[in-house]
Amino acid sequence: MSPDKTDVLIVGAGPAGLAAGIELKRLGVTNVLVVEREDEPGGIPRLCHHAGFGLRDLRWIYSGPGYARHYVREAEAAGVEIRTSTTMTGWQSSATVTFTSPRGLGQIEAGAILLATGCRERPRSARLVPGRRPQGVFTTGSLQCFVYQHRLPVGKRAVIVGAELVSLSALMTLAHARVSAAAMVTELPRHQIYFPYLPAKWYFADLAARTPVVTGARVSNIVGGTRVEGVEITHLASEQREMLACDTVVFTGDWIPEHELARLGGLTLDPGTRGPQVDAGFRTSARGVFAAGNLLRGAETADTCALEGARVARHIHDYLNTGQWPAASLPVQVKPPITWMFPNVVRVSGERPVAGGFTFRVREFCQDARVTVWQGEKSLYAQSFRQLSPNDSARLGSDWLAAVNPAGEALRVGVRHS
Amino acid sequence: MAERTGRRATVSWFDGELKLVDNIYDIAVIGAGVVGSAIARELSRYDLNCVLVEAGPDVGVGTSKANTAIWHTGYDAKPGSLEARLLRRSDALLQAFVPQAGIPFERLGGLLVAWTEEQRRALPGLLEKAHQNGDTDVRLVSAEEIHQREPHLKAGALGGLFVPGESIFCPYTLPLALATQAVLNGARLLLDHPVREISKERDGAYSLNGPGGSVRCRYIVNAAGLYSDEINRLLGQHEFTVTPRRGELIVFDKFARSLVNHILLPVPTAITKGVLISPTVYGNVMLGPTAEDLPDKTDTGTSDKGLRMLWQKGEAILPALMREEVTATYAGLRPATEHSDYQIRLHAEQRYVCAGGIRSTGVSGCMGIAEYVVGLLSDAGLALPAKTEFKPVRMPYIGETGLRPYQSAEMIAADSAYGQIVCHCERVSLGEIIDAAHAVIPARTVDGLRRRTRALQGRCQGFNCHAALVALLAREARQNPDRLLMLEADHVA
Repeated sequence: MSPDKTDVLIVGAGPAGLAAGIELKRLGVTNVLVVEREDEPGGIPRLCHHAGFGLRDLRWIYSGPGYARHYVREAEAAGVEIRTSTTMTGWQSSATVTFTSPRGLGQIEAGAILLATGCRERPRSARLVPGRRPQGVFTTGSLQCFVYQHRLPVGKRAVIVGAELVSLSALMTLAHARVSAAAMVTELPRHQIYFPYLPAKWYFADLAARTPVVTGARVSNIVGGTRVEGVEITHLASEQREMLACDTVVFTGDWIPEHELARLGGLTLDPGTRGPQVDAGFRTSARGVFAAGNLLRGAETADTCALEGARVARHIHDYLNTGQWPAASLPVQVKPPITWMFPNVVRVSGERPVAGGFTFRVREFCQDARVTVWQGEKSLYAQSFRQLSPNDSARLGSDWLAAVNPAGEALRVGVRHS
Repeated sequence: MAERTGRRATVSWFDGELKLVDNIYDIAVIGAGVVGSAIARELSRYDLNCVLVEAGPDVGVGTSKANTAIWHTGYDAKPGSLEARLLRRSDALLQAFVPQAGIPFERLGGLLVAWTEEQRRALPGLLEKAHQNGDTDVRLVSAEEIHQREPHLKAGALGGLFVPGESIFCPYTLPLALATQAVLNGARLLLDHPVREISKERDGAYSLNGPGGSVRCRYIVNAAGLYSDEINRLLGQHEFTVTPRRGELIVFDKFARSLVNHILLPVPTAITKGVLISPTVYGNVMLGPTAEDLPDKTDTGTSDKGLRMLWQKGEAILPALMREEVTATYAGLRPATEHSDYQIRLHAEQRYVCAGGIRSTGVSGCMGIAEYVVGLLSDAGLALPAKTEFKPVRMPYIGETGLRPYQSAEMIAADSAYGQIVCHCERVSLGEIIDAAHAVIPARTVDGLRRRTRALQGRCQGFNCHAALVALLAREARQNPDRLLMLEADHVA
């Protein structure tokens, strides 16, 4: 069987993949093929039937499906080929992947491959929340499919686990389905919904006001028979337990990159992000293979992913033209409370990440934190932050790259409270 | 698409209307778990009017669905016990049946690892026992060999036992295959039929009564698992009491599969075989079970304590495993009794065989038990008229080692629905979902669909496809999704 050939193969027709496809066509690449395992392109925004998309990339507020439609239309207009219901199943080589589709099995050979497979929320089981397994346990993703895509019944009263941006999305979805929200429960001391999305919280102030945020608590048991009857929460400080009556539980956030294809291809993963290790040019450990979007690190908003898609396109275009792939690199390791940083390898050529340096996240609120970069015992750089917040990305400057010793040890990044 | 034969004639369930079943069955088997299904299948070889009566909404939804899915050879059973004898016989029968019926299995071999001096001293005794049980290929292995066979095992194993015959198989397909073959050969399956009372009529026939309706029969087999003591009492017998023994398990992501080559067994104690680590036929890795006696026969929830204990055990055996994502956690209840052996008894004067107290080796022992039980029934006077034909059964293959529909160019060419993937994590195609909804014993619930196809069993636990599956099943089974969602607990997450 001879493989289909294309200049660039993009796996995943979400915001990152479609934006990359559009930009590649704009740069003059002849054949750009986007494959999508779902039967419709557009990615996760398709499921989010509420406003809040497109702020950073399109300078306009779209609904999720509207935003997805915009990118699909743009991609089609630009001449990007989109194949849906096509599942990548493995690698023949770093330039050839195998797929299954209703049209049969096949292979695609590409000059460059971009993985933009997105992410998923960590389900209840993977969070080791004990108890029974009744009906009525969701993630935001499965909830939105129930409510918007298939219009299936959900419940009457829900507890939302998490109090970050995606939890707000779950809250809006529940409101649409006329399900009341009993509480949002977060282990952290405050909710984590920030600018520019805070106005959304105000917009839904009525909704939010009726939904108490229980902070400093975790869900410690799920009770029920056929249907959820309630959740037990444990207050972390006092160890006190409390029952919240509900028939629906939504586990939100706690993102895991969908890295199956990346791992099957033997790409090096970053222990912090759990996505493929990439440099400032979104290059993975395999020559000719790039990665972008939420596969890199769990969830950023769709507009951030789309902007990344456009950026990675330029690096793919360069690679197609020059065939150059930088060789040596140094990994960037993070220490708690930093959970991940990206790019997470530094090319010894000293290539700088564009658009504001290195992105990182922390797992707890940090006041007056001094983020420091070391190589071995040598401190290369330090930057002060008045406030670092979990579930919100911060940017670290890249002025220290020139000081990196290419023959030296791995780079380490940590926080010192000043 | 695969064969979708008419079925409602022989499989029926309670659909809101009380039905009185007029005819008198020659024999009723109570409980369509793996043991009851195997017994019904064995009876369906003969020209008998046989009914399999199940309280739950599907086949194999009690102890049979939540266990370690290990096909034990019985090397460590008590020599001379009924369990040892039937396990041995069952092993031979399963070796013929399992591959032929398309049930996923892998003969990985068990590696029993001693971590303390005391455990190492127990090894020769276990070897002796294995040899007495006829497992002559069991042998002692050195610490070096253990670490060579299992490079990711934590350092410090002192020695062990290699049990080549220990295998893994699919705990869902096995009872379904047995019950399907029984139905194909004329047995009737009644779901949603709990038996709450047993009365004897003037003509000597029994009437099994419950909210699902009444079933009249001449002979009774009790294979009610956790409830086998209660059925036993309804018939005036009191030899044993079932105390549910909860076993909690953690299933890890498929990426963990390369970390384990064998079924890693601990040195067993009197109460339990202990916490083991084993690959599954779906390509995951399983850690468990715990063993905790409970008063409640419905308490299939996991506990903080249990999961934490398993986590510690996992860290102590295979630390790399604990760095992988968890796919699922679940708990099952084994029907332990105050006796160590199976509680299989014939009450000839009552035309009744009790097959209860199958405490932890039901899936491994089912076929041996079935043959033995049918022998007892014959002793009690049940005529077993020969039949000309015994139809074979072939189940859809859902294991990881053979060819799945999404990998088969032929199947996709014949029907494009086999190339349309619905559950991405487990690569379950639309064609398989439709087949399951129209099987001889069809999937009626999302959980039934999961057991038949693996859909929803993967790492995302429904993030992507849960709603689509509910909508699909509602369409295919012509059911209202509301009702579908209320039918069965314990589905995903």
